[in-house]
Amino acid sequence: MLSQFFEFEFLRTTLYTGLIIGLIAPLLGTFVVVRRLSLIADGLSHVTLAGIAFGLFMDKKYGLAVLTPFTSGTIFSIFGAILIERLRTVYKAYQDLAIPIILSGGVGLSVIFIALADGLNNDLYSYLFGSVSAVSKQDFNTIWVIALIVLSLVALFYKELFMLSFDEEHAKVSGIHSKSIHLLFILLTALVISASIRIVGVLLVSALMTLPVASSIRIAKGFKQTIIYSILFGEASVILGIVSGYYLEIPPGGTIVMVLISFLIITTTVQKLWLKSQRKKAIV
Amino acid sequence: MTETIVELKNIRYAYEDKIALKDVNLSIPRGAFLGLVGPNGGGKTTLIKLLLGVLTPQQGSIELFGTSVGKFKNWSKIGFVSQKANTFNRGFPATVKEVVATGLTAQIGYLKFFSKKHRDKVKEAIELVGMSEYINQNIGDLSGGQQQRIFIARALVSEPEFLILDEPTVGIDTENVQKFYELLGKLNHEKKITLLLVSHDIGTMTSHANGVACLNKEIHFHGDTEAFHNLSEQRISSFYGHDLNIVTHNH
Ligand SMILES: Nc1ncnc2c1ncn2[C@@H]1O[C@H](COP(=O)(O)OP(=O)(O)OP(=O)(O)O)[C@@H](O)[C@H]1O
Ligand SMILES: [Mg+2]
Repeated sequence: MLSQFFEFEFLRTTLYTGLIIGLIAPLLGTFVVVRRLSLIADGLSHVTLAGIAFGLFMDKKYGLAVLTPFTSGTIFSIFGAILIERLRTVYKAYQDLAIPIILSGGVGLSVIFIALADGLNNDLYSYLFGSVSAVSKQDFNTIWVIALIVLSLVALFYKELFMLSFDEEHAKVSGIHSKSIHLLFILLTALVISASIRIVGVLLVSALMTLPVASSIRIAKGFKQTIIYSILFGEASVILGIVSGYYLEIPPGGTIVMVLISFLIITTTVQKLWLKSQRKKAIV
Repeated sequence: MTETIVELKNIRYAYEDKIALKDVNLSIPRGAFLGLVGPNGGGKTTLIKLLLGVLTPQQGSIELFGTSVGKFKNWSKIGFVSQKANTFNRGFPATVKEVVATGLTAQIGYLKFFSKKHRDKVKEAIELVGMSEYINQNIGDLSGGQQQRIFIARALVSEPEFLILDEPTVGIDTENVQKFYELLGKLNHEKKITLLLVSHDIGTMTSHANGVACLNKEIHFHGDTEAFHNLSEQRISSFYGHDLNIVTHNH
């Protein structure tokens, strides 16, 4: 059944891309979830959508091939990240306000660009829900460069990123440049989102970042283990989701998320049963 | 002459137009175990934030190890346990070991990794606070008192010369408070760590510390514990603004 994935180049590219985002999305997602910033992923993905719509519009109106929708999506995502940070300092006491502002701004812009580009087309559909055939060679090259950047920066700044996530005040008084580290974190998140959108789509990209962590956090001990389990869940969901999506002719965003949700149900049940058996043991 | 660890001169600090500290002069020599007491809202936490460079005074100067706070770089010489230490997200998936290791992050510096030496230090610090058997537990699964000990280990792991503790014994039972003070005594005597401890439990505190400072916007008293006990009860109450029962522990 998998043989086709090795026969056709486009499927191979999709699968490799899937494996890359199955690694980096849950990795960053772990930091996002423990900092209770899950909604940031949604905010940024909608800004990315605006960038994509902008790219599609430019392409259609002026045939500008320099700026692919993917590239302009990435650029928008990065600007969105910086804007969220700015807004968070403006609304100190209402930091979560930054996200709905960014999110609705993203959707608003998207609608405008889509209308200017004469409405929805197939391309846009694939950006919304993901696609098994949309990853071009050029996209793939950008995606693995993004992955390399993300992986090396997370490795280099792991201890600072972790410290800031656990206790921001402590990080500050210890002399860590918490503002810069936080900015780094949010820029990495923006990059991961734009890299993931080709496969899972704008609407479900936050799911690939947060749902693996939601499963992992139930059974892991410690932060490193949470990351490792999240990546395992992420990779498994991407492989199962892409393969089944291809055969069922469903955009992979949908299948990947459903696989992730079933993982969540399984881990929650297993954890409950395990707790129960522990309690029984304790009574006996 | 012994070295001065902290020197506060003529400090004035106000939150917007609400004065929290005024005319504060305080100096802490190396090796001291100073208890800082005062009513709620007396400015104790504010004073600590000034020491740590989180807040900047509107007036006056602060020196740490002979360097003014603004220029001070050697933050790993100072350990800090916050009043809010255990208000963290209890669902946070971090083991005791991982939390204590964050106490070394700043010391190790950017772009460098944990080595075996660092991991050994983490283990030692956890042993010092008597929590070795919990080393791989998630911090959220521990009791409040146990968590507090982990935060002390986090402050100790970088081997600070000066340790600041803001009400660290809140929520800890009497037996463990006793153990906790023994630990502080040990740190002060054996490791020669200078201590600044904020506590509302004046009785227990004065039986272990060797100096007391009373703060209610201004420093109303600063001297050794002996002198503090000799203060008339009336004077203490007047500066607290209400009557106060001090249970003294005579050893
Ligand atoms: N962030 C802040 N903004 C405005 N006012 C503040 C702030 N933090 C403290 N204050 C005020 O400054 C004064 C001193 O507060 P501080 O927290 O230093 O007292 P404290 O001695 O630590 O009290 P406690 O024993 O309750 O911990 C209080 O009147 C308080 O209301
Ligand atoms: Mg306080």
